[in-house]
Amino acid sequence: MFHLRPLFLGVSAAALFASAVTAQQTDITVALQLEPPHMDPTSAAAGAIDSVLYSNVFEGLTRFMGDGSVVPGLAQSWEISDDGLTYTFKLRDGVTFHDDTTMDADDVKFSLDRIGADDSANAQKALYAAISEVTVIDPLTVEIKLSKPNGNMLFNLAWGDAVIVGPESIENIKQMPIGTGAFKFVSWTQGDKVELAKNTVYWGSPAKLDKATFKFISDPTAAFASMMAEDVDAFISFPAPENLPQFEADPRFQVLIGSTEGETILSTNNKMPPFDNVKVREAMAHAIDRQAIIDGAMFGYGTPIGTHFAPHNPAYVDLTGMSNFDPEKAKALLAEAGFPDGFETTLDLPPPSYARRGGEIIAAQLAAVGIKAEIRNVEWAQWLETVFKGKNFGLSIISHTEPMDIGIYANPDYYFQYDNPDLQALITKLNSTTDPDMRNKMLGEAQKIIADDYVNGYLFQLASLSVAKVGVQGLWANAPTQATDLTAVSWTQ
Amino acid sequence: MKRNLFIGSALTAVFILAALISFVWTPFDHAVLNIPNKLQTPNGTHLLGTDHFGRDILSMIMVGARTSIAVALVAVGIGMGLGVPLGLWAAARQGSWMDELIMRGNDLVFAFPSLVIAILITAIFGAGAVNAIIAIGIFNIPVFARITRGAALSLWQREFILAARVAGKSTGRISVEHILPNVTNLLIVQGTIQFSLGILAEAGLSYVGLGAQPPLPSWGRMLADAQTMVSIAPHMALVPGFAIILMVLGLNLMGDGLRDYLDPRLRVVRA
Repeated sequence: MFHLRPLFLGVSAAALFASAVTAQQTDITVALQLEPPHMDPTSAAAGAIDSVLYSNVFEGLTRFMGDGSVVPGLAQSWEISDDGLTYTFKLRDGVTFHDDTTMDADDVKFSLDRIGADDSANAQKALYAAISEVTVIDPLTVEIKLSKPNGNMLFNLAWGDAVIVGPESIENIKQMPIGTGAFKFVSWTQGDKVELAKNTVYWGSPAKLDKATFKFISDPTAAFASMMAEDVDAFISFPAPENLPQFEADPRFQVLIGSTEGETILSTNNKMPPFDNVKVREAMAHAIDRQAIIDGAMFGYGTPIGTHFAPHNPAYVDLTGMSNFDPEKAKALLAEAGFPDGFETTLDLPPPSYARRGGEIIAAQLAAVGIKAEIRNVEWAQWLETVFKGKNFGLSIISHTEPMDIGIYANPDYYFQYDNPDLQALITKLNSTTDPDMRNKMLGEAQKIIADDYVNGYLFQLASLSVAKVGVQGLWANAPTQATDLTAVSWTQ
Repeated sequence: MKRNLFIGSALTAVFILAALISFVWTPFDHAVLNIPNKLQTPNGTHLLGTDHFGRDILSMIMVGARTSIAVALVAVGIGMGLGVPLGLWAAARQGSWMDELIMRGNDLVFAFPSLVIAILITAIFGAGAVNAIIAIGIFNIPVFARITRGAALSLWQREFILAARVAGKSTGRISVEHILPNVTNLLIVQGTIQFSLGILAEAGLSYVGLGAQPPLPSWGRMLADAQTMVSIAPHMALVPGFAIILMVLGLNLMGDGLRDYLDPRLRVVRA
């Protein structure tokens, strides 16, 4: 091997030389699994839109940071009246949209009025239902009046559904999004990629990258191949957890493991017999072995949950003990409920591996106590149509990725159709409470109620698993909202 | 030439035997998940290793063979059951509008790529083993109809058929009593080939998730499950892959061997 050494030295010297003269990389290619259906975050439930545009192109009055905290966005500061009904926002000066029009109080009024309009297509209208009037005081001051106090308003305004849009560009927003962010939208090649470029006149600290490309790769095998071949610089929410150890072992890559707001649950149609019987739901909860699902479907990534709440939140109450894995108890409960021999039902599984693989495991676990769940693999569009809109399902597996979404349990029309007046009253009270300690206490009570009622099977908190090349810095490890914030991302030398 | 027939029959027999044994015994329960045991490479306990849920792959291959064989067998049955009578009928009424209708109908089905239409059928009527059987079966009908008609046409010119006609037998009786026995050899050979194509089609449909649904194991779905794990557990892909290859190879060799043995045109060569 001795004769090879000089050659080897030569090569590494060349490599050193090459890296010394190459300028620092200023563009990035980020891969995502899902492509947005269009480019307007304020008129669709699809999280894929926020994954591309939130914070990069569009900003709201407040915004989420990577650790989940809510900080000022386009609003520089605000005052809340003592009765909690009037919010006065002071806007930042000198903010312009990417089409060079100014962002001022009129645009804020336009954006918020648009959410509440009768023909609004906003996916989270309920979050902003308390807003009764938006008044422009002067170009940089806007006053929001609420019909009832809402302790969560600043948090709600940070969502991608409440970003500020301009009336001048609203018509073509679905193809040509115009926002105020640190990146401008350049082009969208459907089925392939979205390109963004640095906004040179950004009001805040400018983006460190000149160019960002989002590529959409839905197939897990292709995702693995493109990352390994370094076709993309980062893959956000990498779809195949089984491949992560390989990336970890590879010096070219870094793996970012964090938490998401995704409570992964066995959705149960609470109106459909036999699931309308709480004993049956309790039996299912005891039939499920969470750790087996986390290990089998997610290769160990994920935190067990016992209720619909994120474990990293300070208000979280660990209720996993209420639904410990106990097949004997499950059988006894089923017998008590009048199903000593079990029953048959269906299990609709959307495409992600947590659902498809988790579903196979759950079907086997349910079968062990006598419940025969027929697996039906469905595509996203079909899932939205039959399960989410049509409420025509028995069981399904889905990760609810919206932050702080325990309020969905107060909506009896929501697809799992849980109807409990006590919880509805509690959530109404919660919404009008601003004191943090009181809120945490009430959130704890709400978690307890839904766990007591075994509304759904609570499986695990979805982990945020991303892969990036070594040298990429500033990516969010956690996913407090669906976003790929590139504004602070850069390459190390 | 007998070597082909021997190797082919032996391979086929192994899989059929495995499928039959799986009804009464498998090394492990194919449906029982044992997650702590996942991704074991082949070893003394699990001869072909375990998959990502810790299931025994040998047991899954055995039960999967059952699925594959059942789907392919019934599909070939549908093809023969409908195709052969149609072919006999068309030949008996050669040149009539009935013949035209049947044969142009065949051309129509032939014109579509079979696997694509099979995917369409299962996508519309729902994924599952039964729909996969129907989808694959439909495309077997014209194959058998055409083969039967072709062979039957030349038979209709033969003297013994003429004799039967003179004796006053009806067209239908001649078709069943004289034509059919003389095309059986051909049909058996074609049946083996179609059987292997059926196995492939079933694996293909399961691979895209439209064949047999979990927890029923199927070779195609085992391959699909193994896809993202090729680099960490290659045996998960290799085992079902080789099972498909060997089964299809076996059936093709057997079909080839049978043709040498049964085809009258090749009898002289053999002698």
